[in-house]
Amino acid sequence: MISISHVSKSYGTFQVLKDCNAEVARGEVVVICGPSGSGKSTLIKTVNGLETIDAGEIKVGDFRLAPGVTHMAALRRSVGMVFQSFELFPHLTVLSNVTIAQTKVLKRPKAAAEEKARSLLTRVGLSTHITKYPAQLSGGQQQRVAIARALALDPEVMLFDEPTSALDPEMVNEVLDVMTSLAKQGMTMICVTHEMGFARNVANRVLFMDGGEIVETAEAAKFFNAPASERAKAFLARILKH
Amino acid sequence: MNVDLSAITSVVPFLLSGLLFTIQITLVGVAGGIVFGSGLAVARLSNNRLLSAFATAYINVMRSIPLIMVIFWVFFLVPWAIGWLTNGGRPVAVGASLTIYVTFVLFEAAYYAEIVRAGFRSISAGQYAACEALGLSKLNAYIYILFPQAIRNVLPILLTQTIILFQDTSLVYVISATDLLGAATKIAQRDGRLVEMYLIVGVIYFLFCYAASQFVKRLQGRLAYGVRG
Repeated sequence: MISISHVSKSYGTFQVLKDCNAEVARGEVVVICGPSGSGKSTLIKTVNGLETIDAGEIKVGDFRLAPGVTHMAALRRSVGMVFQSFELFPHLTVLSNVTIAQTKVLKRPKAAAEEKARSLLTRVGLSTHITKYPAQLSGGQQQRVAIARALALDPEVMLFDEPTSALDPEMVNEVLDVMTSLAKQGMTMICVTHEMGFARNVANRVLFMDGGEIVETAEAAKFFNAPASERAKAFLARILKH
Repeated sequence: MNVDLSAITSVVPFLLSGLLFTIQITLVGVAGGIVFGSGLAVARLSNNRLLSAFATAYINVMRSIPLIMVIFWVFFLVPWAIGWLTNGGRPVAVGASLTIYVTFVLFEAAYYAEIVRAGFRSISAGQYAACEALGLSKLNAYIYILFPQAIRNVLPILLTQTIILFQDTSLVYVISATDLLGAATKIAQRDGRLVEMYLIVGVIYFLFCYAASQFVKRLQGRLAYGVRG
């Protein structure tokens, strides 16, 4: 479904991605973890073209992304993205947030778009909030709206860039629950997250990044029980200490 | 000197026609200025260097010269310019009203452009990323997502600029147009009633601008997201 081959990227003299290679099969859930500044967010953003790449190639389905490719409408349609800071549109109601791209990008009729939005918002447990504005919702609720907004375009792949990092602890689980049910329904997902419980229980595989490199790729259980690289061992020792 | 306020009643219709023209200039200046100014703001923020350089130059030039100069230029030069283009070099008469409308749109656009640009810059980079990630075209992103937020963020400043525009319309007296001040001046000189006329005109300008600035003040409190509904 997704193949990342020999992808590199630099900001000036600082190389954020160094010859990254990864494959994600259809229906697979892959968690990217690693210390901050390791290039996780940059890597996930290259998959839908929000970050350009300097070398290498990324394939998503039939779409081929390489340095210099600028026309990405088809790619964006098949890849949904959820951001750390939600990025809902503050001047639109919850319902409009979920319908706007359907009507403007997919040219769906308004009634069909609203029906789709209602059913998605019901699925993420927000059917009673559709006329509210984002600022009237809690962080966890906003992030669930953001998931519904991305799902509204029927993406084949969902990208999650630290979806729970900006949330209060008591709201983390409501977002992880939605992500877990999405994974169970067979969605192909790439998640940058520090939620090791989610990674262990839901992810098929873990990509461990450090210093712009993919240091280790392993099945989730194997990664947590017996990490192969010293750097992964050190990382896990640090974050699982308490 | 005796002040005779009864001198005002008989000239009310003439003053009102002047006030109407003042309001018309303001409305045309606001509407045209915000539309053209928004275009300039988007052009200035564009990645296209030529477009950006043109918009920047236009804005800087317009903001560096007095409005009264622009009124003169448009009034004296536009008839020649149109003449050169269409009439074999002979100037074509352009009415005072049209001159004034064109001037105010061209001039105010430079100020509105900078305000709208500040509005766009106040939107977080994440909003632009969200538009891209959803596959919205640049045009749709600007129309439905970015422009409404930009305008909302700078609405008080836009209205304050509009109050200044309303006051600046009085400068059209230099080409003898009959706006509110022009009407008052004409009557004052005809009847020798300078004090009464300039007093009443001052009161009218004050009432309009004070009411508008109070409105802006109240609006500022209500603009935070999430307060409504």
